[in-house]
Amino acid sequence: MPSTSQVEQRTARTHRFANGLVLIGEPTEAVQSAAFSFMVPNGYSKEPSNRLGLSSLVCDMVLRGAGSRDSRALINDLEILGVERGESVGASQTSFSAATLAANLNDALSIYADILRRPHLPEGQLDAGKLVCLQELRGAEDDPSQRLIVNLRRRAYPEPWGRPSHGDESGITSSTALEVNEYWTRTYQPQGAILGVAGNFCWESLVEHVESLFGDWKAVEGSPITEPTIKQGPVHVSQESNQCHLGIAFPSVPYRDPEYLRAWAMVGVLSGGMSSRLFTEVREKRGLCYTVSASLQTQRDRARVLCYAGTTAERAQETLDVTFAELLRLREGVKAEELERLKARIKSGLIMQQESTSARSSAIARDWYHLERVRSFEELGRLIDELTSADINEFLEAHPPADFVFATLGPAPLKLPESE
Amino acid sequence: MKFRSHTLDNGLEIVAECNDAAYSQGVGFFVRTGARDETDEIAGVSHFLEHMVFKGTPRRSAEDVNREFDELGAHYNAFTSEENTVYYAAVLPEYQEPTIDLLADVMRPSLREDDFEMEKKVIVEEIQMYADQPPFGMDDKIKELHYGKHPLARSVLGTVDSVESLSPEQMRTYFESRYSPGNLFVAAAGKVDFDALVEQVASRCGDWPAQEVSRDIPAPKSGSKFQCVHRESATQQYILQLADAPPSEDEDRYAAKLLATIFGDDSGSRMYWELVDPGLTENASMGHYEYLGAGMFFSWISCDPAAAKANFDRLAKLQEQVENQGFTTEELRQAQSKVKARVVLGSERPRNRLFHVGGNWMQRREYRSVADDLKAVDAVTLADLHRVLKQYPLSSPTTVTIGPLAEWAQAK
Repeated sequence: MPSTSQVEQRTARTHRFANGLVLIGEPTEAVQSAAFSFMVPNGYSKEPSNRLGLSSLVCDMVLRGAGSRDSRALINDLEILGVERGESVGASQTSFSAATLAANLNDALSIYADILRRPHLPEGQLDAGKLVCLQELRGAEDDPSQRLIVNLRRRAYPEPWGRPSHGDESGITSSTALEVNEYWTRTYQPQGAILGVAGNFCWESLVEHVESLFGDWKAVEGSPITEPTIKQGPVHVSQESNQCHLGIAFPSVPYRDPEYLRAWAMVGVLSGGMSSRLFTEVREKRGLCYTVSASLQTQRDRARVLCYAGTTAERAQETLDVTFAELLRLREGVKAEELERLKARIKSGLIMQQESTSARSSAIARDWYHLERVRSFEELGRLIDELTSADINEFLEAHPPADFVFATLGPAPLKLPESE
Repeated sequence: MKFRSHTLDNGLEIVAECNDAAYSQGVGFFVRTGARDETDEIAGVSHFLEHMVFKGTPRRSAEDVNREFDELGAHYNAFTSEENTVYYAAVLPEYQEPTIDLLADVMRPSLREDDFEMEKKVIVEEIQMYADQPPFGMDDKIKELHYGKHPLARSVLGTVDSVESLSPEQMRTYFESRYSPGNLFVAAAGKVDFDALVEQVASRCGDWPAQEVSRDIPAPKSGSKFQCVHRESATQQYILQLADAPPSEDEDRYAAKLLATIFGDDSGSRMYWELVDPGLTENASMGHYEYLGAGMFFSWISCDPAAAKANFDRLAKLQEQVENQGFTTEELRQAQSKVKARVVLGSERPRNRLFHVGGNWMQRREYRSVADDLKAVDAVTLADLHRVLKQYPLSSPTTVTIGPLAEWAQAK
């Protein structure tokens, strides 16, 4: 049954500052909130190989006091403004996201201007910052599925693109205050920075306010670091556990590739919704696992499909074989009804995305990062409507799942399928 | 936003918060049943039944159910707790009728033997998955320790043994005794056509036979206990604490939530500044959880095993301090701002409103608008916080710790 809901007409406006910062705003009166996603050109790919985790450390440190506020005042004032915030270190970008009541947007942005441009990076708190990062590292060790994905990514991507954002123990412990400062100076800068804002605000006032906060931010000349490559890690990591975790990765096309939507739809047929192939074959029909999934992970210049399943050790071989068989079966093409169902889910998701200012603010910032423009809801809706299973099958002919990389974690290694 | 409600002749209630400005709707069947309504023999049956609801009906196979949900573009799921089982979907408004048709149908599942035996394997996988990740089953263990043999102490998942020994007949008996129209209701939020909703639910569920359903709500007899469980393969040490707190029925639950926010929110709280910010722990937080007849202040610390005892002592000191000195006006004001913003931001998604509307109806048979909740948060005073703290002290909780430490006494 075709749906009749329409996305709301919203226009994304853009303003490029002379220093390279790009501001994108998509205002709407339909909400009471406003949210932003601020991306700075700092990420784990820029870390020296003996300082893995430096981006996370800097991300922690910039919140320990900024501008006129010490670390306690900084957090407290954000909370009084009712700001819900998150920080995330990626391959080439670190994102600072915040959502709040529309009336508090400008005040929140002012505080973030301090965080990004005038953090204290207090030497007296460097040890605390390192401990926080080390705690995160240790915690990741206790989550077997997370460990598996870390290993799979390391094996699936060329260095430095598959690094985990949490780095490693020696990288974090050896970082000095000087290095933190120098790394922040070099990478928290306007050239390549993107600020996406969504919600209830006035565009012209926003431009004025952002100009007053960031207009005089100085761009820094970058010098890329060339590093020796790091060994990528073994296929199997041994761990005494009830469950075995397995991962399969294969290359795909990044967001800015004109064929991205076809690849994305292909992965959706594999693993989006409970009638998708992996859920049906691995879980529903055979009861082999509770969690099985595949997702398309994109960076600017490369992408991978990452598949994961967790299963009791005795059934791990069968789970691997069945999962792999589904990846090969994709080469035979997708059916029209599979795509129609997927489209219904995607369309719902798009329309519901309008309801969340934070989801929208990060979507528009991300769009700019990959495409240097914003895709409107209408454009995306239209592209999805126009997609046919023939399109996807054409894509599959030209890019069949291949060049597989495997990773497993559990009491015993598995027999890997022969890659064709 | 407008609240509407209606009761069918067989006792099935329908409640909705209607918002014409929303783009989507959330709708669900909320059943007043969970682990607390089980016996040892059928431990895990509520959760297993939740899975089986999606495995087909007299007119739909499991494959049909999955396919149809996806055809509706629904974002859907279900969950089971100690007290409730909820089945929900977020859909575009034009799919209201087919969604009700599907949800109402699966609420009368066939429980076919083949599907039952296959899904049993999935449940066992799920149990094994949770056993391998923090807190390694200690969330169940701490309830047992704190409450002893009380319905709330029952594990939602059950055990591998109890699940494996379940039969479709036992599940059917349980289903028939709990999924009666007077013991569940339909809730909806967002762009809902309420009159049509009533018609749609009435036509599918109006003939469900009503049946008396009851539930014991014994007062819990809790005590402070301590247990150290050795898990050599873990990297971190985990400390869980459980203390009594205001239950669902108590208006003091707003004060309790603010208290928990000030003391143990994962940012900006006392626990945060003392334990997280200096990097002494990976996580340290406390939350308030409400049930019928009981509430919980539930705390969690994860850290390096070598620092576990010191962190435990730091937490004890924080608890003692707050009981002696109370909270400040500043802290309360900050927590109120934070919580109110969360309420407003959350209210923008119909799916979130569905859980508020459904949750309030489930626990209290009451509707609270966003404005009502904001008002209730604003009305909390320092005196309220201190009164709750006096009635429900934080300083003598039950503690369970698990990790590489073989013995607690050995920790420095």
